[in-house]
Amino acid sequence: MELVAQFLGSEGARMVVGLIAVIALVSVNALFLIWMERKVAAHMQLRPGPMEVGPHGAIQTVADALKLMGKELITPEEVDKPVFWLAPIVIFLPVLLSFLVIPFSSTWIIRDMNVGIILILGFSTLAVLAILMAGWSSNNKYAVFGAIRSVAQNVAYEIPLLITVMSIILMVGSFKLSDIVAAQSRVWFVAVQPLAFILYIICATAETNRAPFDIPEAESELVAGFHTEYTGMRFALFFLAEYTNMFIVSAVATVLFLGGWHGPILPGVIWFLLKVYAVIFLLMWFRWTFPRVRFDQLVTFAWKILIPLAFVNLLITAFVLKLR
Amino acid sequence: MIELLGIEEKTYTLNLGPQHPSTHGVLRVVLEMNGEFITKAEPVIGYGHRGHEHMAENRNYTQFLPNMGRVDYLHALAYNQCYCMAVEKLLDIKVPERAEVIRVMTNELNRITSHLLWFGAYLMDLGAFTPFLYCFDDREQILDLLDRITGSRLTYCYYRFGGVPTDIDDDFVAGCRAFVSRLRSRWADYDNLVTKNVIFINRTRGVGIITREQCVKYGITGPNLRGSGIPYDIRKSEPYSAYPWFDFEIPIGSNGDIFDRYVVRLAEMEQSLRIIEQACNKLPDGPIMAEKVPKRIKPPVGEVYQAVETARGEFGMYIVSQGDVKPYRIKLRTPSFANMSFFPEMAVDNLVADLVANLGSIDVVIPEIDR
Repeated sequence: MELVAQFLGSEGARMVVGLIAVIALVSVNALFLIWMERKVAAHMQLRPGPMEVGPHGAIQTVADALKLMGKELITPEEVDKPVFWLAPIVIFLPVLLSFLVIPFSSTWIIRDMNVGIILILGFSTLAVLAILMAGWSSNNKYAVFGAIRSVAQNVAYEIPLLITVMSIILMVGSFKLSDIVAAQSRVWFVAVQPLAFILYIICATAETNRAPFDIPEAESELVAGFHTEYTGMRFALFFLAEYTNMFIVSAVATVLFLGGWHGPILPGVIWFLLKVYAVIFLLMWFRWTFPRVRFDQLVTFAWKILIPLAFVNLLITAFVLKLR
Repeated sequence: MIELLGIEEKTYTLNLGPQHPSTHGVLRVVLEMNGEFITKAEPVIGYGHRGHEHMAENRNYTQFLPNMGRVDYLHALAYNQCYCMAVEKLLDIKVPERAEVIRVMTNELNRITSHLLWFGAYLMDLGAFTPFLYCFDDREQILDLLDRITGSRLTYCYYRFGGVPTDIDDDFVAGCRAFVSRLRSRWADYDNLVTKNVIFINRTRGVGIITREQCVKYGITGPNLRGSGIPYDIRKSEPYSAYPWFDFEIPIGSNGDIFDRYVVRLAEMEQSLRIIEQACNKLPDGPIMAEKVPKRIKPPVGEVYQAVETARGEFGMYIVSQGDVKPYRIKLRTPSFANMSFFPEMAVDNLVADLVANLGSIDVVIPEIDR
């Protein structure tokens, strides 16, 4: 009995409970987001979307997931097998780990590390590696195209993203996510740093490879880009990672700009999730409104417009902070 | 840099299609690529070859009529009309006024469906999904209208030698009027959603330019030609059917880039609406079928050429009759074939992304190329 109590109070228990909670959240969230995307898209396109499975198609994605699990995992002859197998796992794990530091409320946080934001940005960079692995090992020209584009795009967009985040960190003076949220108890940073918020949202859209920046998987050009050769659950893992990634960039946006868990009446967790889903809705709105940017224009936009703007923003922030 | 390192630059082959999301049917393009740049593009056509010209030689004149709706399934009525007019010329039949106006009305409705489909599908090529469904919603209204009088929704076979088989009623005219005002109310939406979109403008302005000289050299017709600034439209230059009775303009572009072709197509839809509106107002009474149409079509010995303006350009038909119940030879001059012949030149030294944009912008219908 004593051992159990000791274990429950220990760091290990916290980790176990946290990981189980994260995995549950990730799966439920992805299922919900896919359903939400289909519904949002449908209503923007004058159609009802999934209606058959469950009320308003609510468990349609569960059925889809079950179907994908039952599919054969096809490994084409010419692929580089170990890398091909590893890529879906490599894309999924870092996404999962990023949840460790996200503060859902002042108390709902698995591990409040003092390098929280660095950890998330670092792990999200790993996704590029997985995409490169998937594209290269597939031994398919379209997949390689997708992978190469993805790397170029992510390198181009990581830099303005980091610089933008730096300006917030300068204001707070801490990498700890809970500190950043706590600093916004009176005024959300979106009001103080509107340019940074816009830059962040643009970069986040590019980071998650979503339209108008969905170059790596541009359907009309590259069929399905880097995951052309993937089937069944392996494909589902890429899908899951994409939607979880969306949740993470939106959560970071909420933490950095929208005051995290702060809000009247409702409990902090509810406020946090509301804000996250609002940002996700914004991303979906983009996707179903804009055409795709051409690849060279996208990279030019990042290097010639976003990065200088982010630098200017950072300089102004530093200057104002110094003056105060 | 590459030269300094002593690395040899190599090109590689990329096979696009015949099953690819943006080749609009079964077109295959073999590309020589250098990185993301195309050094050579070679379209491989013929996957949808059905031998329409040969079929014509083995059928009598009436039996060949349904084939015409299947050459270019998106603007079937123009092909119907061309064939009917050619045979009427051979037989020397005069089509009644009411039938001519009905032909023009239905033909223009069909032209709008074709342009709407192009608009939606083209934006889908550029990665915007939503406009596609808006266009299909509008297009659906026309299909319902045409369904009522022609009995089909895509591969129409509505015109007959000497007129049209079924008359239109007041409901159809009212439906046309409702559609005209409905589509006009949509222009603002389309402009806001697409025409003024920065991403769209960046992808289409200055891309895929066709010069006037190239148009003439390759025999490019239709909106592709008018986008380059040449106001050539068979409906005006060689007026046929009831077109001389209507007041409409030929919209033209100036640069010949994708954006101009896009604007021309949109403006053409508005002109088609004008024609339909006028036709609704001054629909003449009278018969819908000429009186002296023989039961057995057996034209005298002779040759005839008839051209019409389809949504894709000039469609011409050359019939050689040797006084038999079957045509001796029929030659179809399809616009997409000529338009497509320019494509290899257009694609070279461009990105793959532009290849898709270019291919979509010339609005090819692959079965029409293959015939």
